[in-house]
Amino acid sequence: MPVNPALTERAFPPTASYLVGREKVREFARAVFSTNPLNFSVEAAQAAGYADVVAPPTFAIVVQELTLAQLLAEEDAGIELTHVVHGEQRFDYVRPIVAGDELSAQLAVTGVKTLGGNAMVVAETSIRDAAGEHVVTAVSTLVVRGDA
Amino acid sequence: MSTEIVHRYEKGDEVARATYPITRESLVRYAGASGDFNAIHYRDDVAESVGLPGVLAHGMLTMGLAVQPVVDWVGDPARIGAYQVRFTRPVVVDPASGATIEVVAKIGTLDEDAGTARIDLTVTVDGQTVLGKAQVSVTLP
Repeated sequence: MPVNPALTERAFPPTASYLVGREKVREFARAVFSTNPLNFSVEAAQAAGYADVVAPPTFAIVVQELTLAQLLAEEDAGIELTHVVHGEQRFDYVRPIVAGDELSAQLAVTGVKTLGGNAMVVAETSIRDAAGEHVVTAVSTLVVRGDA
Repeated sequence: MSTEIVHRYEKGDEVARATYPITRESLVRYAGASGDFNAIHYRDDVAESVGLPGVLAHGMLTMGLAVQPVVDWVGDPARIGAYQVRFTRPVVVDPASGATIEVVAKIGTLDEDAGTARIDLTVTVDGQTVLGKAQVSVTLP
């Protein structure tokens, strides 16, 4: 089944809120080899003006993942996980994510393009905090192999 | 009247550099932290069955660690405005020797008046580039 080009017109609901935990931030920071005190020490983060420990820049992928799961769950999407390769990733930040943030993410498919049997799907996820303020936009380009 | 202009930075200046030896343990740790449990990142048999040259590092792990030297250099994470990469070459992680990821961050473009720059990351394993167009937009420290 080829990727459904009509995905670009589909409205996806915002995800349930994701509460960013302090230990989750520390765990993710260790996993990406951070040694930055702002990721680990509440005192250091507060001295720098943050409410709590600050998440590394790519932490937003954890929240974006919830929207990519929505996309893969669309029965008529034509996207088989086993045929998906992560092609590109981009983040546009309004502010860093901080422990204590309650984030919700909303997906829009902004492009479906076929290229030599493969399809490129651009999934743009807008992430907002509990007050509705924009925190970061995460954009994944998924390459869907058309060889099966 | 002095016409001297003091440039703090110039295009091409290296601003940060780091080396990350990663192992299978790093991949399991990232899988747990991120929730990405795709088995190609820790099972040789699964990687082989889908035609891969071996177990691969998560692209998002490579992307995630490659920006850390820039975050440390700018000091405040709020100075990071945008970050993007292309996943151009998979990082094969040998079960015994792992893989070593080298990151070099240089000033790509510079706007001294606005106090901003695009930092270009060169991310390599064994001298081969693994991330393409890896760019970080920053407010200069």
